[in-house]
Amino acid sequence: MKYSAARLLWEGLTGHKGWGRTWRDPEPKTHYDVVIIGGGGHGLATAHYLAKVYGIRNVAVLEKGWIGGGNVGRNTTIVRSNYLLDGNEPFYEFSMKLWENLEQDLNYNAMVSQRGIMNLIHSDAQRDAFRRRGNAMMLHGAGAELLDAEQVRKEVPFLNFDNARFPIKGALVQRRGGTVRHDAVAWGYARGADQNGVDIIQNCEVTGFKIENGKVLGVETSRGYIGAGKVGVAVAGNSSKVMAKAGMRLPIESHVLQAFVSEGLKPTIPGVITFGAGHFYVSQSDKGGLVFGGDIDGYNTYAQRGNMPVVEDVAEGGMAIMPMIGRARLLRMWGGIMDMSMDGSPYIDKTHIDGLFFNGGWCYGGFKATPASGYAFAHLLATGSPHETATAYRLDRFKTGKMIDEKGVGAQPNLH
Amino acid sequence: MLIPHPLLGLRDAQEFTYFGDASLLDRPDGMAEGASEQFHDYLYLRDNPAGEHQELWFHEQGDRSWLVVTRNTLTHEIFKVEFATDVALARRSAT
Repeated sequence: MKYSAARLLWEGLTGHKGWGRTWRDPEPKTHYDVVIIGGGGHGLATAHYLAKVYGIRNVAVLEKGWIGGGNVGRNTTIVRSNYLLDGNEPFYEFSMKLWENLEQDLNYNAMVSQRGIMNLIHSDAQRDAFRRRGNAMMLHGAGAELLDAEQVRKEVPFLNFDNARFPIKGALVQRRGGTVRHDAVAWGYARGADQNGVDIIQNCEVTGFKIENGKVLGVETSRGYIGAGKVGVAVAGNSSKVMAKAGMRLPIESHVLQAFVSEGLKPTIPGVITFGAGHFYVSQSDKGGLVFGGDIDGYNTYAQRGNMPVVEDVAEGGMAIMPMIGRARLLRMWGGIMDMSMDGSPYIDKTHIDGLFFNGGWCYGGFKATPASGYAFAHLLATGSPHETATAYRLDRFKTGKMIDEKGVGAQPNLH
Repeated sequence: MLIPHPLLGLRDAQEFTYFGDASLLDRPDGMAEGASEQFHDYLYLRDNPAGEHQELWFHEQGDRSWLVVTRNTLTHEIFKVEFATDVALARRSAT
């Protein structure tokens, strides 16, 4: 069914009885050309592009829980392509372009809102670094603007410009960045994949791989054995657990990132704002809540909840740039599990096992990458070679010395 | 999180710096055959288990000792805390 204004009007007049399911709930078949493990944003996007762009339609997406119940529904919904390094920027810019056309592609309202992202500058050295980053962005067609303090003041007058410790000296702005309704991204991709014949199988946990003579033949699941020509794993947060079933150790640690939402407020913050002197980012949802977060807790964990010190740190960051945030009451907070990779950049690669492909290591930047990650993973699954924007995301890059360390802190996952 | 320090008792985890999996104590022999492969695995690959995990914490704002904390990564429950030197010496004498 195609969604449109006319359809909405018709359903409105007839009691909304004709909508039907957004996607089917099929029983798993015994064999698929491609099985994708993980029905999160990346897995569903992979299935969508596999079917739509690469014409591979005998595909299943296996999800342990339910669609939209993982990290795709637990993030702070920010999309941007303001990266510095050559290995990253073309990929994230490709993602940005896919975001810009996502709703037309999926015929689904994902509330893509390019309200801009503003990275605040607090020192001369930081201005130099951001000028360099802005130039890298412009070289890859992402667009960037460097604002001085007066220009920032005009756009967001409520910030604390004259903080003695962290005065605001300007900002790097990407106007095309913004926010996207995260649940709708999952639902839209699920619907898109389903319409092209992909089976989305929920409550189906993968318990093992069937591997013979170095080739993957299928997966054991809680709903029985499913044969597969190729298997793609996109389970960020649980990558080490799943790949361990195939006997692999990964350059990944699992960490928790906390996020926070305030009570609903009148429109206050026009776009996304990030604090340059600490780690704090904030935007306002369409419902009015301030959505914000900061650093990961910093120790290995699979518990989807964090500890109080990071809550305090995030609150301090917020108070430093935006004292009015102290008047808002916190409505809810939660934690999500991140694949923290060794250099802060992701992996989209084949493995040493024939037919087994891996997508993970997204650190806390997985949401903005959803479309490009799906597209590039579909390309890899369909053609066997990496997509042109994702050639750097190799699993063996620590052996070859081709790390993509955006933050320049070395092989220490909890510092990225 | 409170970490029961072997000498100082319960200390706030904020006093510590987290370093990672305690396998980092088992530095490979740089002169051995295939050392570069072993160093790759040692530096970059992790078991990353969901459940019991041995990990290194540095008591940076306390007595500056390195500890091996055995902790459940699903519940944050701490089972055991030892000095890293003791663990390293025990592992060395075991091999």
